[in-house]
Amino acid sequence: MNELTGTGKLIRLILRRDRFLLPLWVLPLGVIPISYVAAINGLFPTPAGRQLYATASAHNAGFVALYGPLNGSSLGELVAWRAGFIPLVIGLFSILTVIRHTRTEEEAGRRELLGSTVTGRHAGLAAALVTTFGANLILGTILALGMIGQDLPTAGSWAFGVEFAASGWMFAAVAAVAAQLTSGAGGARGIAIVTLGAAYVLRVVGDISGLTDGPLSGLSWLSPIGWVQRISPYGDDQWWIIAPAAGFTAVFALVAVALSVRRDVGAGILPPRLGPAWGAPRLRSPLALAWRLHRGLLAGWIAGFVVLGVVLGYLAAGVGDLVRDNQQMRDIFARLGGAEGLIDNYLAGMMGLFGLIAAGYAIQAGLRLRNEETGGRAEPVLGAAVGRFHWAGSHLVFSLLGPAAVLAAAGLAMGLTHGLNTSDIGHELPRVLAGAMVQLPAVWVLAAITIALFGLLPRLTAVSWGALAICALFGLVGTALGFDEWVLDISPFTHLPRLPGGQFSAAPLVWLSAVAVALIAAGLVGLRRCRDLPIT
Amino acid sequence: MTDAISVAGLVKSFGSTKALDGLDLVVRTGEVHGFLGPNGAGKSTTIRVLLGLLRADAGTARLLGGDPWADATALHRRLAYVPGDVTLWPNLSGGEVIDLLGRMRGGLDKRRRDDLLDRFDLDPRKKGRAYSKGNRQKVALVAALASDVELLLLDEPTSGLDPLMEEVFRDTIREEQRRGDRTVLLSSHILAEVEALCDRLTIIRDGRAVETGTLADLRHLTRTSIQAELAGPPDGLADLPGVHDLRTENGHVRFDVDTAALDSALRHLTAVGVRTLVSRPPTLEELFLRHYHRNGTAAENDAQVSR
Repeated sequence: MNELTGTGKLIRLILRRDRFLLPLWVLPLGVIPISYVAAINGLFPTPAGRQLYATASAHNAGFVALYGPLNGSSLGELVAWRAGFIPLVIGLFSILTVIRHTRTEEEAGRRELLGSTVTGRHAGLAAALVTTFGANLILGTILALGMIGQDLPTAGSWAFGVEFAASGWMFAAVAAVAAQLTSGAGGARGIAIVTLGAAYVLRVVGDISGLTDGPLSGLSWLSPIGWVQRISPYGDDQWWIIAPAAGFTAVFALVAVALSVRRDVGAGILPPRLGPAWGAPRLRSPLALAWRLHRGLLAGWIAGFVVLGVVLGYLAAGVGDLVRDNQQMRDIFARLGGAEGLIDNYLAGMMGLFGLIAAGYAIQAGLRLRNEETGGRAEPVLGAAVGRFHWAGSHLVFSLLGPAAVLAAAGLAMGLTHGLNTSDIGHELPRVLAGAMVQLPAVWVLAAITIALFGLLPRLTAVSWGALAICALFGLVGTALGFDEWVLDISPFTHLPRLPGGQFSAAPLVWLSAVAVALIAAGLVGLRRCRDLPIT
Repeated sequence: MTDAISVAGLVKSFGSTKALDGLDLVVRTGEVHGFLGPNGAGKSTTIRVLLGLLRADAGTARLLGGDPWADATALHRRLAYVPGDVTLWPNLSGGEVIDLLGRMRGGLDKRRRDDLLDRFDLDPRKKGRAYSKGNRQKVALVAALASDVELLLLDEPTSGLDPLMEEVFRDTIREEQRRGDRTVLLSSHILAEVEALCDRLTIIRDGRAVETGTLADLRHLTRTSIQAELAGPPDGLADLPGVHDLRTENGHVRFDVDTAALDSALRHLTAVGVRTLVSRPPTLEELFLRHYHRNGTAAENDAQVSR
């Protein structure tokens, strides 16, 4: 067991370093679903009302894509279903936590320092995994106890807790493997997040196909996210699904251990490649440098959005089938505009989701500035004949135009696929593309918040993720939580026209863009006028 | 001749820490100026103020005739900078970084670049993340030295270099010196390096310049430590001018002696008869300790001398 010597001490080190960070995601993610109980109870106090809502929702492809399949109409089932997006978020945070304490440490050279003390070969990996598993266990326990406290069935509540915890465990193990593959933390994070995204897409395709008993409905069973949702808490409580989830976690953890003994400290399994001895003639400006730093990320996001666009666009036509075939459904959805309205509603809902995710990219690209500063790589550039505007602008281009490219890719892919499917590209493509592009002003506001923080309060730049979290919370669950209108209005996404199908209005686009410009100007002036560099 | 750098009364605080506390520094055009000080003395802060990265709280700074904060971009065309802690972009090769930085400064001498790569024995094809600390340092050095600029700001440029590479670095700086049209500000905490290269130097401590001048000017600060085993008692040695902290133990003597008084002290020893002799040149640390004595507890020191 001396391979694990020192694991306890390293766990304490992780807990000390993350004493604020861990509760910051563990607590809210565990507590949010608990607050759904009162909200849903308030909206649908009678079983009949819940039944009607459940029937409509279970066949709304937009909802099913976001939250997963809905099989019953009890209060618990509705809450668990509505929280169906959260396992993805838990998976994301688990990945970030594991990479942060494995590959990031190793890349920074701190693992070497610890490795020279009395710590076993696997202690670092074990400590990161144990801590992340523990955090997810606590998250699940908080959720289960909270739900029991809301007078929901005990067994179902524990099943609900397990659903959340297991999704964290599986992706923590995925991250552990990814951390062995590349020598850079960024690459490892990318591999793990792409895996998470693939799991989500598989589930979405499977579930939406399942709505119409399509041929692809089995795909959900290939996705860890699909597994945990099939625990179906408060429904039939499929406890046996814990077994494959635990098996998946164990296999990936063991693979990570096996890989880690096959490599040197600091190295990855994938070999590093040599680069050119000369800089290409184009490599002569901050913008050229920024292109080198951003292009991989941008290409990854575009590819991801194209895949998502094709898949979700392919599924769009089927969304209406249900209403066409079923009289009862037709009555329920009549006020949404029948089959056409339902499809538009689905498309617009997906566009809102695209907008939120693209804002994540905008923030990530904007944070590059801060990473360059704290990493000491801004200094040599600013020490050359490069002004601060010029340097900040070179990254800002990617934070502002990158999301435009990403959204255009998604809109084109989705519009083309849906257009081909309905043999009406000329009609569908411009509508869908417009729906994607109207997201841009709201995305820019979030990019602008990042830049404003960077220029004025650099140490708090990462708080912009919090702004996105608030927007996501309002967009995905705000109405379920029964927030007031003025609270929801804080999110820039609330003001966007819902396209296709909704009423187009240019005013919000103009003033959101103006807000973004003002914030960016404030940030740039702060950066130029009164700021030391680097502030670490 | 104008001064390449002139700094007067510079103050810079980070929160409650005063990094610079009224610093004065003058670097003449064409000279290699050593900027000596222990860790945390404010060397890097000074250089960052000169680069317009940090904004001074008080005092004046002029660089190549311009204002380092307001004219930063224009001035940076005429200087090259090597940071104390070089970090590179993980996915760019060393060669790419050298070319990029050189071009962003406004020009790179290709022949000199290749020559320097050769002399520093650096493989430019490796990616940033694959370089060791010393090799990252070399990338920044080659980029700076191959740039066609008037002023080099080097912040502890040899940290992480092996002795062989340190020698290559010294050679290249001596070449710059012979060309005579480049000014170099070389921050360091290694006295030997500064002694080997610099025309003049400034010693800084706690954000303030405590000494400045040519090496010869500062010789008066240096004392040599002597340990000797003598044939007889060292009578009268303590009374010689320039001999300090004499201790005698059954035939062994230890003392520090001012450079100017070295000759007479050694004559005195040989007159008694020397069996073994160890002489140690002063380290920078001792120089600083002495500064504390001279400035902080001068009265006590004088009392010892008069006794």
